Amino acid sequence: MDNLELKKTANEIRKGIVTAVHAAKAGHPGGSLSCADLMTYLYFEEMNIDPKNPKKEDRDRFVLSKGHVAPALYSTLAHRGYFPVDELVTLRKLGSHLQGHPCMQHTPGVDMSSGSLGQGISVATGMALSGKMYNDDFRVYTLLGDGEIAEGQVWEAAMFAGFKKLDNLVVIVDNNGLQIDGRIEDVCDSNPIPDKFKAFNFHVIEIDAHDFDQIRAAFKEARETKGMPTAIIAKSTKGKGVSFMEGQAGWHGKAPNDEQYAQAMEDLEKVGEALCQK
Amino acid sequence: MSEVIKIATRTSYGNALVEIGNEHDDLVVLTADLAAATMTNIFEKAHPDKHINCGIAEANMTCIAAGLATTGKVPFASTFAMFAAGRSFEQVRNSIGYPHLNVKIGATHAGISVGEDGASHQCNEDIALMRTIPGMVIINPADDVEARAAVKAAYEYDGPVYLRFGRAAVPVFNDEATYKFEMGKGIVLKEGKDVTIVATGLTVPESMEAAKLLAADGIDAEVINIHTIKPLDEDLIVASAKKTGKVVTAEEHSVIGGLGSAVCDCLAEKLPTPVKKIGMYDQFGESGSAAALIHKYGLDAEGIYNQVKAFVK
Repeated sequence: MDNLELKKTANEIRKGIVTAVHAAKAGHPGGSLSCADLMTYLYFEEMNIDPKNPKKEDRDRFVLSKGHVAPALYSTLAHRGYFPVDELVTLRKLGSHLQGHPCMQHTPGVDMSSGSLGQGISVATGMALSGKMYNDDFRVYTLLGDGEIAEGQVWEAAMFAGFKKLDNLVVIVDNNGLQIDGRIEDVCDSNPIPDKFKAFNFHVIEIDAHDFDQIRAAFKEARETKGMPTAIIAKSTKGKGVSFMEGQAGWHGKAPNDEQYAQAMEDLEKVGEALCQK
Repeated sequence: MSEVIKIATRTSYGNALVEIGNEHDDLVVLTADLAAATMTNIFEKAHPDKHINCGIAEANMTCIAAGLATTGKVPFASTFAMFAAGRSFEQVRNSIGYPHLNVKIGATHAGISVGEDGASHQCNEDIALMRTIPGMVIINPADDVEARAAVKAAYEYDGPVYLRFGRAAVPVFNDEATYKFEMGKGIVLKEGKDVTIVATGLTVPESMEAAKLLAADGIDAEVINIHTIKPLDEDLIVASAKKTGKVVTAEEHSVIGGLGSAVCDCLAEKLPTPVKKIGMYDQFGESGSAAALIHKYGLDAEGIYNQVKAFVK
């Protein structure tokens, strides 16, 4: 997929996120929108997966360690063909397979249940360890929030992954700079993030999370990196693509009302139209 | 009488893992810097490439086990009960229990028989914690024969299992040649008509000795070994309670949430019966030898005898 197609796809995924959260009247749009480009690249370009065979043994694995951005994962999986896009509006509703946080038993394509912060990176590390122990060549990707990395378990996992030289593991930090209670600098500053992962024996790459050239180059570099896991620190904009949500911590875990939803979709439609004229 | 052989069930754990590893390539044993204490070092010696030391990071180990299970491996995550069920409770609940992954938790050094290390390491709460997790199987074997059989059964079973082992050497009373382990099934070790003693783990042989002392006083106790605390063999307990009309539970665990509570939960709904729970009474342990602590807290034959006798009067 070229960059234009990736951008168009990411824009559709963003529409799905906003639509799902609006329908649910709850959820986490801000962090879902910030990682939408990364999710698009992973599922449409990077990972060896088959939506028709979600559990195929040699597939690459993805663990959404920041599980509260389930709308981003669900919208990506739906647009990739794991289940119908029109199911996104059932998010968080009784009887839906789209639970508030990812549930591997219910949703096709979800490789691990997650939501309790700090655990996903450990599970991904266990998957990568399994690959190394049994000479399977699948790769494992996990996405963390920059607020999430305050969890001590993240660094237990990082220490282990670095020590075991798990070069089949890619840890991505969605560095949007905001968490529920405000700016990460004000809550419990996790900076400098790259230096921390370097100290835990990771190969560290810093990118713009919304630039597909940089995303593409980073995942290529990760694949070529031997003898150590890779951490991609991706500087992003929370709420990316929706004018009134961008850079606002208040949109971490709040659904748009009908009026705001209309505005958000208008913003995204405009982005889509502009991309179609390219 | 021939001399009783004593073996700690944590040693049985290590030995059983070696046997499973000899036959199955998918077994992975994890430890958190306690290989020599949890006895996974026996496995490490036999299968070094399948033994993973995670360092002193139990939460991470628990979730690494979950990750291994998602790829079809059968991980046994091993540490002290305090850290397996206590420190890592939420990891077990959310990354193993909720997705119902095929992870076995090998928890050693459970209960006050940890001894000299004292209350910080004497976990009397693990059964209570694990019982609350939907779909979690809890097995607390009583001797070497039962423990090795339980480990193998846990391997064969597809789903999360919490295995509880002790630090102290305990008498081997089961006969390997005839012993059959069936998950979820209690074992009537002695039939009786006056009172039922439901025991688990190291209180099982102590309860058998207590039954002898009770018999001398004319009290005919039935003794049931409950190795699987969840799912509980409710039919067996109800049938015995119906016969004797009085039930005593004995466990090296808090009386809050453990075997005693499980038995009460069952009887309260199915056959309300007077129950006396023997265990740790909402208290912490302390340093001392395992034998001295078991005696002090009334979990040896003498303590069980005294408490049963007072109850049935």
